[in-house]
Amino acid sequence: MTINGLLKHRESMLALVIVILIGAVGVITPDFLLAKSLLGAFNDTSMLMILAIGQMLVILTRCIDLSVAANLALTGMVVAMINSAMPGVPIPLLIILAMAMGAVLGAINGFFVWKVGVPAIVVTLGTMSIYRGMVFLLSDGAWVNAHQMSASFIDFPRNTLMGLPVMSWIALGVVVLLFFVTRHLRFGRDFYTAGGNPTAAFYTGINVGQVQFKAFVISGMLAGLCGYLWVSRYAVAYVDVASGFELQVVAACVIGGVSIMGGLGTILGCVLGALFLGVINNALPVIGVSPFWQMAISGAVIIIAVIANAKAERAPGRIILRRAVTGAADVNPTTATAVAKS
Amino acid sequence: MEQVMTRTIPNTLSTPFKRFVFRWETFLLLVTALVFFANTQISPYFLDPWSLSDMTFNFSEKAIIALPMAMLIICREIDLSVASTIALSSVCMGLAAQAGLSIEVICAVGILVGIGCGLFNGFIVTWFNIPSIVVTIGTMSLFRGITYVILGDTVMSDYPSEFAFFGQGYIAWVISFEFTVFLILALVFYVLLHHTNFGRRTYAIGNNPTGALYSGIKVNKHKVVLFTLVGAMSGLAAIFLTSRLGSTRPGIAFAWELQIVTMVVLGGVSILGGSGSILGVVIAVFLMGLVTFGLGLINVPGIVMTVIIGAMLITVISIPAVLAKLRERKGRSV
Repeated sequence: MTINGLLKHRESMLALVIVILIGAVGVITPDFLLAKSLLGAFNDTSMLMILAIGQMLVILTRCIDLSVAANLALTGMVVAMINSAMPGVPIPLLIILAMAMGAVLGAINGFFVWKVGVPAIVVTLGTMSIYRGMVFLLSDGAWVNAHQMSASFIDFPRNTLMGLPVMSWIALGVVVLLFFVTRHLRFGRDFYTAGGNPTAAFYTGINVGQVQFKAFVISGMLAGLCGYLWVSRYAVAYVDVASGFELQVVAACVIGGVSIMGGLGTILGCVLGALFLGVINNALPVIGVSPFWQMAISGAVIIIAVIANAKAERAPGRIILRRAVTGAADVNPTTATAVAKS
Repeated sequence: MEQVMTRTIPNTLSTPFKRFVFRWETFLLLVTALVFFANTQISPYFLDPWSLSDMTFNFSEKAIIALPMAMLIICREIDLSVASTIALSSVCMGLAAQAGLSIEVICAVGILVGIGCGLFNGFIVTWFNIPSIVVTIGTMSLFRGITYVILGDTVMSDYPSEFAFFGQGYIAWVISFEFTVFLILALVFYVLLHHTNFGRRTYAIGNNPTGALYSGIKVNKHKVVLFTLVGAMSGLAAIFLTSRLGSTRPGIAFAWELQIVTMVVLGGVSILGGSGSILGVVIAVFLMGLVTFGLGLINVPGIVMTVIIGAMLITVISIPAVLAKLRERKGRSV
C-alpha cells in the first residue's frame, strides 16, 4: 500500500470512529444527534481546528510550536483592550490587527529557528512563557470583562449566516483555503518537502529554514485570529486564557495522523483529529460523565491514537531493518529516514 | 523534531586552557556568579544563611527530576509527564495516608507510583516506537486526569505529622533534608553519566541510535531504564513536595515539566541529544534558583519571572549559536 493510500485509509478509519462515537452517545442521549447539537459541537471545535491546521504546517517542517496558546492569549488581550478603550474601531480591522500581531509573534519564533538555528521546541518553550507573561504586564493582571466590550465585538462570531455561526464559517474557510494551499500550490507542497527530506529539499533549491519560518508565521497568524475569536466567544480576556491549550492542539494533529517526525499529515486528518477531541469534550457532559474524567479520557485517547498510527507507520520500516543486508536496494526514501531516526 | 544540523568536527585540538574557558559550564558559572553578586546588591537580606536556605526549597524538587531528565534528553528522548507523575504519586500517597498506613509505606507508594509511570512511558515509547514527546503529552493528560478523577475538587491533607520532615526538615543548622538529598543525587548522577558504561551508552545512543544498536547496545532497554529513573525521581520529588505543602491538590506541580526542561537545556544539554553534562545542569539549577529568588526579593510577581526565565532561555541558547554562525562566516571569507 502506498503512503497516500495508507493515509486515506487512516482518515476514513478516524472518520468512522467519530461517527461510531457520535452514534454511541446518541444511543444514550438521542438529543445529541439533533443537527443543532452536532453543529454546536462543530462550532465549539472551530478554534481547535484552526490552531491544529497551523500547528500541522509547523510539525510538517519538523518543528513544533508550543507558543500558540500564549500567542492567542496575548493577541486576544490586545484586541480586547483596544475594543474597551476605543469601541469605535470596526471589527474587521480588529481581526486584521489580531492576525498581523499573531503573525509577528510567530515570525519571532520563526526567526530564531531559521536565522539563529535554535531548536523549535526550545524557542517556543521560551516564547510561550514570554508571551504569557506579557499578557500580565500589559493588563496588570486585570480582566477585560463582557461589559467592557462593545456589543458588535462580542456578537460577531455568534451571528448566524445561512444557519451557521460566523465562527464555524471562519473555521470552514481556513480549512478549505489551507486544503487547497497544501495540495495544489508549490508554497504548500514545500512544507512537505522541507520536512519529509530536508537534504533533498535543499538540493531541489528549497530554503528549508525559510519554509520553517513561513510555517511559524502562518501558525502565529491563525493563533492571532483565534485570539480574537476566543475572547469574543467567551466574552472575557485574562492572563490564563487558553492555558495549556497548545498540548490539545498538538494532540489533535497527532490523532489526525500528522507525524511528529515531519513531512506526513493532511488537513483533513487534522480536522478529524480536532473533531474527535471536540466530540469527546462535548459528549462527556451530555452522557453524564463528571467533567473530572475529561482530562484522563483525552490522555488515554491520545495514547491509543498514536499507538494505532504508529502501527500503521511502522510496518515498512521494520522490514527494512530485518533485511538490511539483503534488500537494501528497494529502500523507500521516506521509510528509510524513519528507520534512521528511530 | 530534529533539526537539520551538521556537527563540525574541529581539525585541530584546542589547548586545555581554551577548552576550559570556552566550556558551556564556565560561561554558566560566570553568569551565575554575576546574578549572585547582583542579588547581594539588590537586597541586604540575601546573604543571610536562612534566606539562602529558603532559596534551596524553591528548586530542590525540580532539580531532583532535572538530573535524570538530562540523561533522558541526552538519549534523544524527553518526558513531559513528570509534573503529572508528581500529581498522581502525591494523590496515591494521600490515599495511603487516609488508609492510615505508616510513613515508610506512604513513601514507598510515592516512589512506586513514580516508577510505574516511568515504566509505562518507557514501554509505550519503545514497544511501539513512538516519539516520546507525543507519548508523554498523552500520559501528561492521563496521569493528571486520573488525579482529577480521584480528587475531584477536594484536597487531601491528613498526612501524619512526622511526614512533614521530608519537605520541611533540616539535617543540620540551615541545611535542609531536601537539599542534601539533591546534592547526593547530583553526585550519584554525575558518576552514573560520566564514569560508568551506562553513561557512555547514553551518549552513544544520543549521538547515533542506529550505530549504537548495531554495536550491540540494547537501545530500547536502556531507554526504559532511563524513563523509569525519571519516574522514580518524580516520585521522590512528589514525597518532598507533598510533605512541604502538607496537602495534595489536583493542580499540584502544574507546568513544572517546562521549568524542568528549561533547567536541563539551560545546563547545556542539547535538545537534539548526544551532549551535555550533569555539572552544567547543576549550575543551571542554581542559576534559575538565584534568578527567581532575587526577583522575589524585589517583589517581582511570579508571572513576570516566567518572562525573564523564558527570555534567559532563548538568549543563553542563542549566544553559542550566533557565535558559531559568526565563526563560520569568518572562516568562509578567509
